[in-house]
Parts: sequence; structure tokens; C-alpha cells
Amino acid sequence: MTSPTDHLTHTHPSSVTPGGKEESTMTPVASGEARPGWRRLLRVLPAVVVLAVLAYLPYLPVEVPGVLPGRVNGPGSMQLLATCLVIGGIALSYDVLFGRTGLLSFGHALFVAAGSYLLTISLSTWSLPLSLAVLVALALSTVLALVVGAIALRVGGIAFAMVTLAFAQAASIIVMRNPGGVTGGEEGRPLDRVAVPDLLVGVANAPYRYWLALGFVVVAWVAVTLLVRSRAGHAMAAVRENEQRASVLGFGTYRVKLLAIVVGSFLGALGGVVHALVLGGSNPHLTTSEFTLSLLVMVVLGGAGSRWGALVGGVLYTYADARLVEVSNAPFLQDLPVVVRQVLSQPLFILGVFFVVVVYFAPSGLTGLGGRLIRRSGSR
Amino acid sequence: MSDLVLLLVTGLGLGALYFIAASGLSLIYGLMGVLNFAHGVFMTAGAYASWLTMGALPVEWPVAVRLVVGVLVAVAVGAVVGLVVEVVLIRPLYRHHIQQVLVTVGLSLAGVAAAQGIWGADPRPVEKPGWMSGTTVVLGARLPNDRFVYVLVAVALFAGLLALLHLTRLGLVIRAGVENRTMVEALGINVHRTFTIVFALGGAAAGLAGVLYSQYAGSVSPAQGSSLLIFAFIVVVIGGTGSLAGTAVAAVVVGLVQQLANYYAASGVGDLSVVLLLALVLLLRPTSLKGATA
Repeated sequence: MTSPTDHLTHTHPSSVTPGGKEESTMTPVASGEARPGWRRLLRVLPAVVVLAVLAYLPYLPVEVPGVLPGRVNGPGSMQLLATCLVIGGIALSYDVLFGRTGLLSFGHALFVAAGSYLLTISLSTWSLPLSLAVLVALALSTVLALVVGAIALRVGGIAFAMVTLAFAQAASIIVMRNPGGVTGGEEGRPLDRVAVPDLLVGVANAPYRYWLALGFVVVAWVAVTLLVRSRAGHAMAAVRENEQRASVLGFGTYRVKLLAIVVGSFLGALGGVVHALVLGGSNPHLTTSEFTLSLLVMVVLGGAGSRWGALVGGVLYTYADARLVEVSNAPFLQDLPVVVRQVLSQPLFILGVFFVVVVYFAPSGLTGLGGRLIRRSGSR
Repeated sequence: MSDLVLLLVTGLGLGALYFIAASGLSLIYGLMGVLNFAHGVFMTAGAYASWLTMGALPVEWPVAVRLVVGVLVAVAVGAVVGLVVEVVLIRPLYRHHIQQVLVTVGLSLAGVAAAQGIWGADPRPVEKPGWMSGTTVVLGARLPNDRFVYVLVAVALFAGLLALLHLTRLGLVIRAGVENRTMVEALGINVHRTFTIVFALGGAAAGLAGVLYSQYAGSVSPAQGSSLLIFAFIVVVIGGTGSLAGTAVAAVVVGLVQQLANYYAASGVGDLSVVLLLALVLLLRPTSLKGATA
């Protein structure tokens, strides 16, 4: 028992190897092959195809009964998908801390909320133009991440989790108390529609908000990819695998961890900005510890330490949270006792139980499980 | 002067609640290294168990008697829930600390959602004995009586736990386990059984905390446990892990700071100053939690 992140290496090797192995073997394979360019193309192909399909969705006037509300390119479906994508991207930013560096932070909501609230506040209260407001929101959130991270990193492991939780809770209290009327308390702060381009406002323009969300996911994806392949990314992986060893090898582990927090929080704040634009305002739910916990659930559900895992986990979680209510109305459940149906009507109950099952039986998450199945069927 | 007395007593009452909530958390974390997010669910379970029991007992009984029965039921329910969670969910993940935390996180989500599905998200009012709603005049201050109850219960719990830790063989094993678990195992002592007992104890204390907090708030609601849990976490961190006396001191300090700052500064500043206190403690003595990672 050396550190709480030990499980990532010794006890549950399968929990990181899908992502980790892929990354560690990538360089030698790519350089050893005769046509590295062709191999690389094959590697990015799935992501490009998925991106192309997603970008085309607003042109798809098809109904998918039971899966989406109305047509795929209808405003309801577009808004739902846009929300799913934003949260997926935010989960991706949280994975920089949790999956890549092994930092169990319970304060990520703080930075997402900072991005969201600073945008709405600088637009409405400070009357800044949109481009400047975005810059202010991102800059202030990053400074906040630097300060909070520098303090919280004085302790490690579970204590770090508690300290970050406390900071996020403080922010949540401030937002709820509505100092000077800037945060709007429990109501949240609506987006100043006059300051935002017309393309992003109104029900009919839902596809543009959807593309904005998709763009954010692409930015987060590329940023995480570049980070993981950089020297700093390797240092983060070293810290995750064994912090003491990394420290002995001469890495400045404190600086590496702080960098992970700052980069993750910057992407999270960007997610908060996009979230505010897509949903038309800042919601105090973003500040709560439940939101951070749900981010953790998403990343573990999808598969920690893997870009697909975090993204798929975030999208699936948000989708399930929004659509699982329908399950309790399903005809095959009507014969069950009332209490059971009442409990099943709560999406979070189903997600929570499912999450516990995943932690037990698929520690590498859904994508890890999928990868394992594909590999098994391929070897036969 | 009377204001100050009132603030001190209400702060002590709040600190007592924090101690009751944090004592189980601190024991579990100190011995097993499990950050128990499900502790909030244990509290909610206790609060609802007591609320249901009080509603089911004959109305002719005095409220105080029904409350005492409710507290007993809540403690029992908390202990059973803690026991079951440890045996079924925590034990198979022995030594996988992050997984244990994740499981308790999932449990806390599912538990709150289940309570919300069955009893609704709105707070339900709880009955309070007449005497506890009244006040007593001390040094010119009208002090709410229920705070004395919380303080008495907390002192009794503190004394009981101290006696358990220092006078019994089980307490000896727990203290040794907090100090060096590997050595205790090497000496051939069944630590697993101790874990289960500690979890049940923590669950019982959480159930008690849930009932008293619902009395304090005047209602039960699904999210009640999680809001108390955050302050319990802060108390555990400030007090240092596995140290019951540290937890008690930290609980009193946090309760007092919160009340005083809320009154003399502005409403809401109290909660913030608690977090500030936490940051200060960590900056001044960051080693206070080393026991958990070493």
C-alpha cells in the first residue's frame, strides 16, 4: 500500500492497459513499419469517420422512434445531442486529471462553472463583447486553477480529493448566495442574447449550437492527443503509474501534476463557456459536487485514460440521464410493484447501480470491454 | 454578551452534529483508507428510518418517546446498511482504494436517487418534541434546547468511542490497525472482521447523525445527507485521520467558526471561512494526512 493510485498499475492492470498500451507501442510500430503514413491514416480513420457522420447529422431528416425526440435534425434532438457532446468534451478534460495523471480530483466542476459563469457575467454585468468575454472567462479560470491546484497539491491521494471537493463546495456556496446579484442564485444567470451572434440564439438555430459543441469536442480531443504525446504527457503517465519512481527518476512531479490540473481545467473552462452558449446561460448545477461526481462516473464508465472512453462515457451518461425517464413508462414494467417503478423512474439510480457493476466487472470501462471483445473475436 | 453566548452554544450544537457525522467517517478512513461517499446515504437512511418509525407508532405516544424509538431504529438501520455495504461491496475490493471510493460514489448516487423516487425530492416535515423546540434562558440568552441534546449525545458518543478504543481488545486492534495495518495482519489478527465491525459502527453513528440533523433542519429530504457529508469531510481533514480527539476538536472549531462568521460578517461567510480554515491548515501542516498515504 504505497499510494491510492496503485490500483492503476498493480492490482487492476486491465484498467489502464487498453489506452496505455496503445499509446506506448504506437511510436515503435509507426516508425518500424514500411509505410508509417499509411498506418497513421488507418489509426485516425475511425475518429474522422465518426466526426464526419456527426457533422452531417443536422442534414438528416429521419425519425428514430424511442431513441431521439422527433427528427434527428429537429431542434429537440439537436439540443439533446449538443448537450451530450459538450458534457462528453468536459469528461474528456476531466480525464486529463483522473485517467492520465491519476489525480482523483473532486473539484473539476469548479473550473467548468468558472468558465460558464465568468462568460455570462462578463457579457451581462461587465458588458464585454463576446470574443473578449470568452478570453476573460478562460484566463481567469486558468489563474483560478493555478491557485487552487498549487494549494491542493500540497497533499496527495485521497486528501487531495477532499481538498478539491472543499474548494468546489466553497464556489458552489458563493454562487448560491448570489453576491451582488451577479450569479443569479438558484435561478442561474441567463445568457445576454443581444451580445451573442444571432446564429447561436433561438430554437431554429439549434444545429449551429450543435456544430459549436462538436467543434469544442474536436478541440478538446486534439489538445488531449497532443498533450499525451508530448514530453509532459509522458511525465504525467509516469506519475500515474508510480509517482515515487517518477520522482526518483528526476521528474518534478509537483509541476507535472500542476500542469495536468491547469490544462484539464482550461479545457473544462472552455467546456463551461460552450455549455453556457449551448444552453443559453449558467446553471448552478454546474457548481455542485454532484456534477464533479457525475464526471468521475462518466470517465470510469467509458474507460479512464482513453479519449474514446471519456467521450463515450460522457455522451452516454448525459443521454441516459435525459432519456431513461422513459424507461419507467415502458409497458413491460407496468406489472412491477409501485415502489420498484418509483425507484426505476430515477435515471441516477439506474446509472449509479450500473456504475457499481462496471467498477466490479469492467474496470477498464465500456470501451475497454468493447476493445477486449473485438480483440478476442479477432484472435479466433 | 447574550449574543455571544447564543452563538457559542449554537456553534457547539452544530459542531456536535458535525462530530457525530464525522466520527464514523474518521474511523473508517483511518483504519481502512476508504473515503466513504456512501456515508451521506447512511445518514439519509437513518433519517428516513426514524421518520417512518415515528409515523408508524401510535399517535397517542408522546413525541419524545417516539423520537427515542426512531433514533434506536435509525441506529440499527445505519449499522445494518454499513455492515451489508462493507461485506457485499467494499470487502471484495480490498486494497483497491480508488475502486472502493468509486463504489461508494455510485452508491451515494443510487441511494439518493432511490430515496427521491420513493419519497419525492421535497423535504418532509418531522415532528419535534415540544421541549426541544423551546428555549432556556442562560446569562440573558435564549438558547434553543435541542442544541443541548446534540451536545450531550455527541459527548456521550465521544466518551463511548474513547472507552471502546482504549478499554477493549477490539479497540486495541483498531488503534493498532490505524497505526500500522500490515503489522497487525502479520501478527495473525483477523483485520477483516474488525473492518466489518468498524463499518457497522460508522453506519450506526451516521444513522444517529441523520436523525439529529433532520431534527435540526425540521425535515427530511434525500439530499440532506450529502450536504452534511461535505462538512464532515472537512472536519476529518482538519482533525487528522484516525484521531478521534482531533476530529472532536476540529468539529467544535468548524461549528464555532461557521456560526460566528455567519453572524458577525454576512450570511454565507461562515461556510466560506470553514473552507478557508481548511486551506490554512493544509498550508501550515500539510503532513496532517500523511498517515493515509504512507
